[in-house]
Amino acid sequence: MPNEARIVITGIGLTAPIGNNLAEFRQNLLAGKSGVGTIETHYMGEVIAGVCNFDPLKHQKKKELRRGTRAGSIAVYCAHEAIEDAKLDLDSVDKSRIGIYIGITEHGNVETEHEIYNIKQYDYNIDIWSHHHNPRTVANSPAGEITLNMGITGPHYTLGAACAAGNIGLIQGQQMLILNEVDFALAGGVSETPNTFGVFAAFKNEGALASHPDPTKASRPFDKDRNGVVISEGGCLCVLERLNDAIARGATIYGEIVGYSINSDAFDYILPNPQRQVECMNLALKKAGISASEIDIINTHATATPEGDKAECQAIRELLGNNSHTYINNTKSYIGHTMGAAGTLELVGNLPSFDDYTVHPTINVDNLDPDCALLNLVINEPRKVDKIDYILNNSFGMLGINSALIVKRYAE
Amino acid sequence: MKADEIKAMILEVIHEIVPDEDLSDLKPDVRIRDQIEMDSMDFLDIIMELRKRYGITVPEDDYMKLSTLDSSVAYLEPLMKDI
Repeated sequence: MPNEARIVITGIGLTAPIGNNLAEFRQNLLAGKSGVGTIETHYMGEVIAGVCNFDPLKHQKKKELRRGTRAGSIAVYCAHEAIEDAKLDLDSVDKSRIGIYIGITEHGNVETEHEIYNIKQYDYNIDIWSHHHNPRTVANSPAGEITLNMGITGPHYTLGAACAAGNIGLIQGQQMLILNEVDFALAGGVSETPNTFGVFAAFKNEGALASHPDPTKASRPFDKDRNGVVISEGGCLCVLERLNDAIARGATIYGEIVGYSINSDAFDYILPNPQRQVECMNLALKKAGISASEIDIINTHATATPEGDKAECQAIRELLGNNSHTYINNTKSYIGHTMGAAGTLELVGNLPSFDDYTVHPTINVDNLDPDCALLNLVINEPRKVDKIDYILNNSFGMLGINSALIVKRYAE
Repeated sequence: MKADEIKAMILEVIHEIVPDEDLSDLKPDVRIRDQIEMDSMDFLDIIMELRKRYGITVPEDDYMKLSTLDSSVAYLEPLMKDI
Protein backbone atom coordinates (compact mmCIF):
# COMPACT_ATOMS: atom_id res chain seq x y z
CA MET A 1 0.00 0.00 0.00
CA PRO A 2 1.43 3.47 -0.85
CA ASN A 3 2.46 5.46 2.22
CA GLU A 4 -0.13 8.14 1.30
CA ALA A 5 -2.84 5.61 2.05
CA ARG A 6 -1.24 4.32 5.25
CA ILE A 7 -2.67 6.10 8.25
CA VAL A 8 -0.97 6.05 11.62
CA ILE A 9 -1.78 7.13 15.16
CA THR A 10 0.75 9.67 16.42
CA GLY A 11 -0.93 11.29 19.41
CA ILE A 12 -3.40 10.25 22.09
CA GLY A 13 -5.44 12.39 24.49
CA LEU A 14 -7.88 10.74 26.82
CA THR A 15 -9.89 10.92 29.97
CA ALA A 16 -11.41 7.82 31.51
CA PRO A 17 -12.68 6.91 34.98
CA ILE A 18 -9.22 5.36 35.62
CA GLY A 19 -6.90 7.90 34.07
CA ASN A 20 -6.40 11.22 32.38
CA ASN A 21 -3.58 10.13 30.08
CA LEU A 22 -2.53 6.88 28.43
CA ALA A 23 0.20 6.02 30.94
CA GLU A 24 -2.17 6.33 33.89
CA PHE A 25 -4.92 4.48 32.04
CA ARG A 26 -2.62 1.61 31.10
CA GLN A 27 -1.16 1.37 34.58
CA ASN A 28 -4.61 0.95 36.09
CA LEU A 29 -5.65 -1.57 33.42
CA LEU A 30 -2.66 -3.72 34.31
CA ALA A 31 -3.34 -3.24 38.02
CA GLY A 32 -6.95 -4.40 37.62
CA LYS A 33 -8.32 -1.20 39.14
CA SER A 34 -11.98 -0.31 38.57
CA GLY A 35 -12.96 3.34 38.21
CA VAL A 36 -16.68 2.82 38.67
CA GLY A 37 -18.43 4.69 41.48
CA THR A 38 -21.73 6.47 41.98
CA ILE A 39 -23.26 9.83 41.11
CA GLU A 40 -26.45 11.69 41.95
CA THR A 41 -28.82 12.15 39.08
CA HIS A 42 -32.13 13.95 38.63
CA TYR A 43 -35.18 12.00 39.81
CA MET A 44 -33.29 8.73 40.39
CA GLY A 45 -30.93 9.70 43.21
CA GLU A 46 -27.70 7.73 43.48
CA VAL A 47 -26.80 5.60 40.48
CA ILE A 48 -23.75 3.52 39.59
CA ALA A 49 -21.61 5.28 36.99
CA GLY A 50 -18.08 5.92 35.84
CA VAL A 51 -16.99 9.55 36.09
CA CYS A 52 -13.76 11.28 35.00
CA ASN A 53 -11.76 13.60 37.22
CA PHE A 54 -9.66 15.57 34.71
CA ASP A 55 -9.18 19.28 35.41
CA PRO A 56 -11.41 21.11 32.90
CA LEU A 57 -9.69 24.42 33.68
CA LYS A 58 -6.40 23.04 32.36
CA HIS A 59 -7.43 23.98 28.82
CA GLN A 60 -10.62 26.05 29.15
CA LYS A 61 -11.71 29.30 30.72
CA LYS A 62 -14.52 29.32 33.27
CA LYS A 63 -16.74 31.06 30.76
CA GLU A 64 -16.23 28.28 28.22
CA LEU A 65 -17.34 25.77 30.82
CA ARG A 66 -20.48 27.79 31.48
CA ARG A 67 -21.33 28.27 27.82
CA GLY A 68 -20.46 24.80 26.60
CA THR A 69 -21.28 21.23 27.53
CA ARG A 70 -19.57 18.47 29.49
CA ALA A 71 -19.06 16.57 26.21
CA GLY A 72 -17.41 19.66 24.75
CA SER A 73 -15.20 20.03 27.78
CA ILE A 74 -14.11 16.39 27.56
CA ALA A 75 -13.46 16.87 23.84
CA VAL A 76 -11.38 20.02 24.38
CA TYR A 77 -9.33 18.31 27.10
CA CYS A 78 -8.66 15.27 24.89
CA ALA A 79 -7.82 17.42 21.85
CA HIS A 80 -5.19 19.46 23.71
CA GLU A 81 -3.65 16.37 25.27
CA ALA A 82 -3.57 14.56 21.90
CA ILE A 83 -1.94 17.50 20.10
CA GLU A 84 0.60 17.84 22.89
CA ASP A 85 1.28 14.11 22.88
CA ALA A 86 1.82 14.23 19.11
CA LYS A 87 4.33 17.06 19.67
CA LEU A 88 2.44 19.19 17.16
CA ASP A 89 2.94 22.93 17.36
CA LEU A 90 -0.43 24.31 16.28
CA ASP A 91 1.14 27.65 15.36
CA SER A 92 3.38 26.01 12.79
CA VAL A 93 0.78 23.90 10.99
CA ASP A 94 -2.04 24.95 8.67
CA LYS A 95 -5.03 24.85 11.00
CA SER A 96 -7.43 24.73 8.06
CA ARG A 97 -6.00 21.28 7.25
CA ILE A 98 -6.91 19.75 10.61
CA GLY A 99 -10.19 17.84 10.66
CA ILE A 100 -12.13 16.98 13.82
CA TYR A 101 -14.22 13.80 13.72
CA ILE A 102 -15.88 12.77 16.95
CA GLY A 103 -18.08 9.75 17.50
CA ILE A 104 -21.05 10.21 19.79
CA THR A 105 -23.69 7.83 21.03
CA GLU A 106 -26.04 10.73 21.73
CA HIS A 107 -25.73 14.41 22.42
CA GLY A 108 -28.22 16.93 23.75
CA ASN A 109 -30.08 14.71 26.19
CA VAL A 110 -28.19 16.14 29.15
CA GLU A 111 -28.79 19.74 28.17
CA THR A 112 -32.46 19.21 27.31
CA GLU A 113 -33.19 17.36 30.53
CA HIS A 114 -31.42 20.06 32.48
CA GLU A 115 -33.52 22.81 30.91
CA ILE A 116 -36.75 20.92 31.59
CA TYR A 117 -35.64 20.37 35.19
CA ASN A 118 -34.82 24.07 35.39
CA ILE A 119 -38.15 25.39 34.07
CA LYS A 120 -39.99 22.97 36.36
CA GLN A 121 -38.69 25.12 39.25
CA TYR A 122 -40.48 28.04 37.56
CA ASP A 123 -43.76 26.22 36.93
CA TYR A 124 -42.76 25.39 33.35
CA ASN A 125 -42.42 29.04 32.37
CA ILE A 126 -40.67 28.76 29.01
CA ASP A 127 -39.38 32.33 29.32
CA ILE A 128 -36.77 30.76 31.61
CA TRP A 129 -35.60 28.31 28.89
CA SER A 130 -31.96 29.12 28.14
CA HIS A 131 -31.00 30.83 24.90
CA HIS A 132 -27.86 28.65 25.09
CA HIS A 133 -29.94 25.53 24.50
CA ASN A 134 -29.49 25.41 20.71
CA PRO A 135 -25.72 25.88 20.46
CA ARG A 136 -25.33 23.36 23.27
CA THR A 137 -27.50 20.70 21.66
CA VAL A 138 -26.68 20.87 17.96
CA ALA A 139 -25.07 17.55 17.14
CA ASN A 140 -21.70 19.03 16.10
CA SER A 141 -21.37 20.79 19.47
CA PRO A 142 -18.58 18.73 21.12
CA ALA A 143 -16.42 18.96 17.97
CA GLY A 144 -17.25 22.62 17.44
CA GLU A 145 -16.14 23.52 20.95
CA ILE A 146 -12.65 22.27 20.05
CA THR A 147 -12.50 24.62 17.05
CA LEU A 148 -13.56 27.59 19.17
CA ASN A 149 -11.05 26.80 21.88
CA MET A 150 -8.10 25.99 19.63
CA GLY A 151 -8.72 28.13 16.56
CA ILE A 152 -8.83 25.11 14.25
CA THR A 153 -10.55 26.09 11.00
CA GLY A 154 -10.72 22.75 9.18
CA PRO A 155 -13.89 20.63 9.06
CA HIS A 156 -15.51 19.53 12.30
CA TYR A 157 -18.46 17.30 12.95
CA THR A 158 -19.65 14.43 15.05
CA LEU A 159 -20.68 10.98 13.93
CA GLY A 160 -23.79 9.62 15.57
CA ALA A 161 -23.28 5.88 15.70
CA ALA A 162 -24.67 4.65 19.03
CA CYS A 163 -22.02 2.72 20.95
CA ALA A 164 -20.02 1.92 17.82
CA ALA A 165 -19.18 5.62 17.53
CA GLY A 166 -15.64 5.54 18.97
CA ASN A 167 -14.42 3.25 16.21
CA ILE A 168 -16.34 5.21 13.62
CA GLY A 169 -14.75 8.54 14.57
CA LEU A 170 -11.36 6.95 13.87
CA ILE A 171 -12.55 5.42 10.60
CA GLN A 172 -13.85 8.80 9.43
CA GLY A 173 -10.51 10.43 10.25
CA GLN A 174 -8.65 7.72 8.37
CA GLN A 175 -10.85 8.11 5.31
CA MET A 176 -10.54 11.91 5.20
CA LEU A 177 -6.74 11.58 5.35
CA ILE A 178 -6.72 9.04 2.53
CA LEU A 179 -8.91 11.41 0.47
CA ASN A 180 -6.37 14.17 1.22
CA GLU A 181 -9.15 16.37 2.63
CA VAL A 182 -6.97 17.14 5.67
CA ASP A 183 -3.38 16.67 6.84
CA PHE A 184 -4.18 15.82 10.45
CA ALA A 185 -7.28 14.29 11.97
CA LEU A 186 -8.33 14.63 15.57
CA ALA A 187 -10.53 11.57 15.71
CA GLY A 188 -12.21 9.43 18.32
CA GLY A 189 -15.23 9.67 20.57
CA VAL A 190 -16.67 11.36 23.64
CA SER A 191 -19.50 10.75 26.11
CA GLU A 192 -21.23 12.88 28.73
CA THR A 193 -24.03 10.35 29.18
CA PRO A 194 -23.94 9.88 33.00
CA ASN A 195 -25.44 13.36 33.32
CA THR A 196 -28.67 12.27 31.69
CA PHE A 197 -31.15 10.40 33.86
CA GLY A 198 -33.12 9.29 30.80
CA VAL A 199 -30.49 6.85 29.58
CA PHE A 200 -30.26 5.30 33.07
CA ALA A 201 -34.03 5.05 33.39
CA ALA A 202 -34.42 3.49 29.96
CA PHE A 203 -31.73 0.87 30.62
CA LYS A 204 -33.28 0.20 34.03
CA ASN A 205 -36.75 -0.30 32.62
CA GLU A 206 -35.33 -2.50 29.89
CA GLY A 207 -33.72 -4.68 32.59
CA ALA A 208 -30.25 -3.80 31.34
CA LEU A 209 -28.84 -1.41 33.99
CA ALA A 210 -26.12 -2.89 36.19
CA SER A 211 -26.75 -3.15 39.91
CA HIS A 212 -24.36 -4.38 42.60
CA PRO A 213 -23.77 -3.48 46.25
CA ASP A 214 -20.14 -2.70 45.34
CA PRO A 215 -20.03 -0.30 42.34
CA THR A 216 -16.51 -1.44 41.42
CA LYS A 217 -17.93 -4.93 40.81
CA ALA A 218 -20.97 -3.77 38.84
CA SER A 219 -19.42 -3.94 35.37
CA ARG A 220 -18.75 -7.67 34.93
CA PRO A 221 -18.78 -8.85 31.32
CA PHE A 222 -18.72 -12.65 30.87
CA ASP A 223 -19.54 -13.29 34.53
CA LYS A 224 -22.55 -15.50 35.21
CA ASP A 225 -24.02 -12.86 37.54
CA ARG A 226 -23.69 -9.91 35.18
CA ASN A 227 -26.88 -7.91 35.06
CA GLY A 228 -26.35 -4.95 32.77
CA VAL A 229 -24.50 -1.85 31.69
CA VAL A 230 -22.61 0.66 33.84
CA ILE A 231 -23.00 4.05 32.16
CA SER A 232 -19.84 6.14 32.10
CA GLU A 233 -18.38 9.30 30.70
CA GLY A 234 -15.06 9.63 28.96
CA GLY A 235 -13.28 10.71 25.86
CA CYS A 236 -10.41 9.76 23.64
CA LEU A 237 -9.08 11.58 20.60
CA CYS A 238 -6.19 10.44 18.46
CA VAL A 239 -4.01 12.45 16.15
CA LEU A 240 -4.02 10.57 12.85
CA GLU A 241 -1.81 11.40 9.90
CA ARG A 242 -0.42 9.90 6.72
CA LEU A 243 2.61 7.70 7.30
CA ASN A 244 4.86 9.84 5.07
CA ASP A 245 4.04 12.97 7.05
CA ALA A 246 4.58 11.21 10.36
CA ILE A 247 7.99 9.93 9.26
CA ALA A 248 8.98 13.33 7.85
CA ARG A 249 8.36 15.09 11.15
CA GLY A 250 9.83 12.29 13.25
CA ALA A 251 6.57 11.51 15.04
CA THR A 252 6.18 8.66 17.51
CA ILE A 253 3.92 6.07 15.91
CA TYR A 254 1.58 4.14 18.20
CA GLY A 255 0.25 1.92 15.45
CA GLU A 256 -1.18 1.80 11.96
CA ILE A 257 -4.88 1.47 11.19
CA VAL A 258 -4.91 -1.32 8.66
CA GLY A 259 -8.46 -2.58 8.64
CA TYR A 260 -11.92 -1.43 9.45
CA SER A 261 -15.52 -2.20 8.72
CA ILE A 262 -18.99 -0.96 9.52
CA ASN A 263 -22.14 -2.95 8.80
CA SER A 264 -25.76 -3.20 9.91
CA ASP A 265 -27.77 -6.03 11.43
CA ALA A 266 -31.03 -4.94 9.77
CA PHE A 267 -32.61 -7.09 12.46
CA ASP A 268 -33.72 -5.37 15.70
CA TYR A 269 -33.65 -2.05 17.59
CA ILE A 270 -31.62 -3.37 20.52
CA LEU A 271 -30.86 -7.07 20.14
CA PRO A 272 -27.45 -8.01 18.69
CA ASN A 273 -26.96 -10.30 15.71
CA PRO A 274 -23.86 -12.52 15.98
CA GLN A 275 -23.94 -13.40 12.29
CA ARG A 276 -23.57 -9.76 11.26
CA GLN A 277 -20.86 -9.29 13.90
CA VAL A 278 -18.82 -12.11 12.33
CA GLU A 279 -19.37 -10.57 8.90
CA CYS A 280 -18.19 -7.23 10.27
CA MET A 281 -14.98 -8.67 11.74
CA ASN A 282 -14.33 -10.64 8.54
CA LEU A 283 -14.75 -7.51 6.44
CA ALA A 284 -12.16 -5.70 8.57
CA LEU A 285 -9.76 -8.63 8.22
CA LYS A 286 -10.25 -8.63 4.46
CA LYS A 287 -9.42 -4.91 4.30
CA ALA A 288 -6.32 -5.55 6.40
CA GLY A 289 -5.35 -8.44 4.12
CA ILE A 290 -4.87 -10.86 7.00
CA SER A 291 -6.59 -13.93 8.37
CA ALA A 292 -8.33 -14.21 11.74
CA SER A 293 -5.49 -16.36 13.06
CA GLU A 294 -3.12 -13.38 12.77
CA ILE A 295 -5.05 -11.26 15.27
CA ASP A 296 -3.30 -11.25 18.66
CA ILE A 297 -5.91 -9.42 20.76
CA ILE A 298 -9.62 -8.91 20.32
CA ASN A 299 -10.91 -6.20 22.64
CA THR A 300 -14.56 -7.16 22.99
CA HIS A 301 -17.45 -4.75 22.95
CA ALA A 302 -19.24 -6.80 25.67
CA THR A 303 -21.21 -4.49 27.97
CA ALA A 304 -22.23 -7.10 30.58
CA THR A 305 -25.78 -7.58 29.39
CA PRO A 306 -26.77 -11.26 29.49
CA GLU A 307 -27.67 -11.50 25.80
CA GLY A 308 -25.11 -9.09 24.34
CA ASP A 309 -22.06 -10.83 25.80
CA LYS A 310 -23.32 -14.22 24.72
CA ALA A 311 -23.92 -13.06 21.15
CA GLU A 312 -20.45 -11.54 20.81
CA CYS A 313 -18.83 -14.69 22.19
CA GLN A 314 -20.75 -16.74 19.66
CA ALA A 315 -19.50 -14.43 16.90
CA ILE A 316 -15.89 -14.62 18.07
CA ARG A 317 -16.06 -18.41 18.38
CA GLU A 318 -17.29 -18.61 14.82
CA LEU A 319 -14.56 -16.23 13.64
CA LEU A 320 -11.64 -17.93 15.37
CA GLY A 321 -12.61 -21.59 15.47
CA ASN A 322 -11.23 -23.94 18.12
CA ASN A 323 -7.51 -23.59 17.54
CA SER A 324 -6.85 -19.94 17.90
CA HIS A 325 -3.98 -18.25 19.74
CA THR A 326 -5.88 -14.94 19.81
CA TYR A 327 -6.28 -13.42 23.28
CA ILE A 328 -9.66 -11.97 24.18
CA ASN A 329 -10.15 -9.19 26.71
CA ASN A 330 -12.55 -6.45 27.72
CA THR A 331 -12.07 -2.92 29.03
CA LYS A 332 -15.61 -2.01 30.13
CA SER A 333 -15.10 -4.16 33.22
CA TYR A 334 -12.83 -1.36 34.55
CA ILE A 335 -14.49 1.82 33.33
CA GLY A 336 -18.06 0.86 32.50
CA HIS A 337 -19.53 1.70 29.15
CA THR A 338 -18.19 5.05 28.01
CA MET A 339 -20.69 5.04 25.15
CA GLY A 340 -19.43 7.20 22.27
CA ALA A 341 -15.90 7.15 23.70
CA ALA A 342 -15.85 3.39 24.28
CA GLY A 343 -14.49 2.29 20.90
CA THR A 344 -11.54 4.68 20.96
CA LEU A 345 -10.74 4.41 24.68
CA GLU A 346 -10.81 0.62 24.66
CA LEU A 347 -8.65 0.36 21.55
CA VAL A 348 -6.14 2.84 22.88
CA GLY A 349 -5.96 1.06 26.25
CA ASN A 350 -4.60 -1.94 24.35
CA LEU A 351 -2.03 -0.14 22.17
CA PRO A 352 0.75 -0.20 24.81
CA SER A 353 0.71 -3.98 24.52
CA PHE A 354 2.77 -3.55 21.32
CA ASP A 355 5.59 -2.53 23.65
CA ASP A 356 4.89 -4.19 27.00
CA TYR A 357 3.80 -7.56 25.52
CA THR A 358 1.03 -7.76 28.07
CA VAL A 359 -2.68 -8.32 27.54
CA HIS A 360 -4.79 -6.61 30.16
CA PRO A 361 -7.50 -8.90 31.51
CA THR A 362 -11.21 -8.44 31.88
CA ILE A 363 -11.86 -8.05 35.61
CA ASN A 364 -14.76 -8.96 37.89
CA VAL A 365 -15.13 -12.49 36.53
CA ASP A 366 -15.91 -14.53 39.65
CA ASN A 367 -18.04 -17.18 37.94
CA LEU A 368 -17.31 -17.42 34.25
CA ASP A 369 -20.47 -17.93 32.24
CA PRO A 370 -19.95 -21.17 30.27
CA ASP A 371 -21.53 -19.46 27.26
CA CYS A 372 -18.72 -16.89 27.41
CA ALA A 373 -15.83 -19.27 28.12
CA LEU A 374 -13.84 -18.36 25.03
CA LEU A 375 -10.48 -19.90 24.34
CA ASN A 376 -7.72 -17.56 25.59
CA LEU A 377 -10.11 -15.22 27.37
CA VAL A 378 -7.81 -13.25 29.68
CA ILE A 379 -9.48 -13.11 33.08
CA ASN A 380 -8.60 -11.12 36.20
CA GLU A 381 -4.80 -11.32 35.75
CA PRO A 382 -2.73 -9.76 32.94
CA ARG A 383 -1.12 -12.20 30.53
CA LYS A 384 2.48 -11.87 29.32
CA VAL A 385 2.80 -12.89 25.69
CA ASP A 386 5.57 -13.33 23.12
CA LYS A 387 4.25 -11.10 20.40
CA ILE A 388 1.52 -8.58 19.67
CA ASP A 389 1.26 -7.49 16.05
CA TYR A 390 -2.47 -6.99 15.44
CA ILE A 391 -5.28 -5.75 17.70
CA LEU A 392 -8.91 -5.94 16.65
CA ASN A 393 -11.39 -3.71 18.45
CA ASN A 394 -15.12 -4.42 18.35
CA SER A 395 -17.75 -1.74 18.96
CA PHE A 396 -21.42 -2.40 18.43
CA GLY A 397 -24.49 -0.23 18.96
CA MET A 398 -28.25 0.00 19.01
CA LEU A 399 -30.25 -0.22 15.80
CA GLY A 400 -27.76 -2.90 14.81
CA ILE A 401 -24.63 -0.94 13.94
CA ASN A 402 -21.42 -2.96 14.10
CA SER A 403 -17.85 -1.80 13.69
CA ALA A 404 -14.45 -3.45 13.86
CA LEU A 405 -11.08 -1.74 13.66
CA ILE A 406 -7.69 -3.38 13.25
CA VAL A 407 -4.48 -1.69 14.33
CA LYS A 408 -1.09 -3.12 13.44
CA ARG A 409 2.20 -2.65 15.25
CA TYR A 410 4.05 -0.11 13.16
CA ALA A 411 6.69 -1.60 10.89
CA GLU A 412 8.23 0.07 7.86
CA MET B 1 -33.55 47.58 46.59
CA LYS B 2 -31.44 50.71 46.68
CA ALA B 3 -29.11 51.98 43.96
CA ASP B 4 -25.91 50.66 45.56
CA GLU B 5 -27.54 47.26 46.16
CA ILE B 6 -28.71 47.11 42.55
CA LYS B 7 -25.21 47.94 41.36
CA ALA B 8 -23.74 45.19 43.55
CA MET B 9 -26.35 42.76 42.24
CA ILE B 10 -25.55 43.61 38.60
CA LEU B 11 -21.83 43.14 39.23
CA GLU B 12 -22.53 39.79 40.88
CA VAL B 13 -24.60 38.67 37.89
CA ILE B 14 -21.94 39.83 35.42
CA HIS B 15 -19.28 37.99 37.42
CA GLU B 16 -21.30 34.77 37.15
CA ILE B 17 -21.70 35.24 33.41
CA VAL B 18 -18.10 36.18 32.61
CA PRO B 19 -16.16 34.67 35.53
CA ASP B 20 -12.75 35.16 33.91
CA GLU B 21 -13.11 38.94 33.65
CA ASP B 22 -11.73 41.41 36.20
CA LEU B 23 -14.59 43.74 37.13
CA SER B 24 -12.73 45.85 39.68
CA ASP B 25 -11.96 48.64 37.20
CA LEU B 26 -15.31 48.66 35.44
CA LYS B 27 -16.18 52.30 34.69
CA PRO B 28 -19.83 52.93 35.58
CA ASP B 29 -20.48 55.37 32.76
CA VAL B 30 -18.85 53.45 29.89
CA ARG B 31 -20.56 50.71 27.86
CA ILE B 32 -19.96 47.44 29.71
CA ARG B 33 -19.35 45.43 26.54
CA ASP B 34 -16.57 47.86 25.53
CA GLN B 35 -14.69 47.11 28.73
CA ILE B 36 -14.90 43.36 29.10
CA GLU B 37 -15.26 40.37 26.80
CA MET B 38 -19.00 39.95 26.65
CA ASP B 39 -21.12 39.01 23.65
CA SER B 40 -24.82 39.26 22.90
CA MET B 41 -25.54 35.80 24.32
CA ASP B 42 -23.84 36.84 27.58
CA PHE B 43 -25.95 40.00 27.63
CA LEU B 44 -29.08 37.88 27.27
CA ASP B 45 -27.93 36.01 30.37
CA ILE B 46 -28.25 39.26 32.34
CA ILE B 47 -31.82 39.64 31.07
CA MET B 48 -32.50 36.00 32.01
CA GLU B 49 -31.07 36.42 35.52
CA LEU B 50 -33.29 39.45 36.17
CA ARG B 51 -36.27 37.39 35.07
CA LYS B 52 -35.32 34.38 37.18
CA ARG B 53 -34.29 36.21 40.33
CA TYR B 54 -36.77 39.06 40.45
CA GLY B 55 -39.46 38.34 37.86
CA ILE B 56 -38.41 41.46 35.93
CA THR B 57 -39.05 41.33 32.20
CA VAL B 58 -36.97 43.77 30.19
CA PRO B 59 -38.55 44.45 26.78
CA GLU B 60 -36.14 44.24 23.84
CA ASP B 61 -36.63 47.95 23.14
CA ASP B 62 -35.12 48.71 26.55
CA TYR B 63 -31.96 46.59 26.18
CA MET B 64 -29.93 49.72 25.34
CA LYS B 65 -30.77 51.10 28.76
CA LEU B 66 -28.69 48.36 30.31
CA SER B 67 -25.54 49.25 28.40
CA THR B 68 -23.61 50.84 31.28
CA LEU B 69 -23.60 50.18 35.02
CA ASP B 70 -25.04 53.63 35.75
CA SER B 71 -27.78 53.38 33.13
CA SER B 72 -28.67 49.89 34.37
CA VAL B 73 -29.07 51.13 37.92
CA ALA B 74 -31.15 54.09 36.76
CA TYR B 75 -33.39 51.81 34.68
CA LEU B 76 -33.82 49.12 37.34
CA GLU B 77 -34.21 51.33 40.43
CA PRO B 78 -37.91 52.13 39.93
CA LEU B 79 -38.62 48.53 38.92
CA MET B 80 -36.90 47.16 42.02
CA LYS B 81 -37.91 49.69 44.66
CA ASP B 82 -40.19 47.20 46.42
CA ILE B 83 -37.85 44.21 46.14
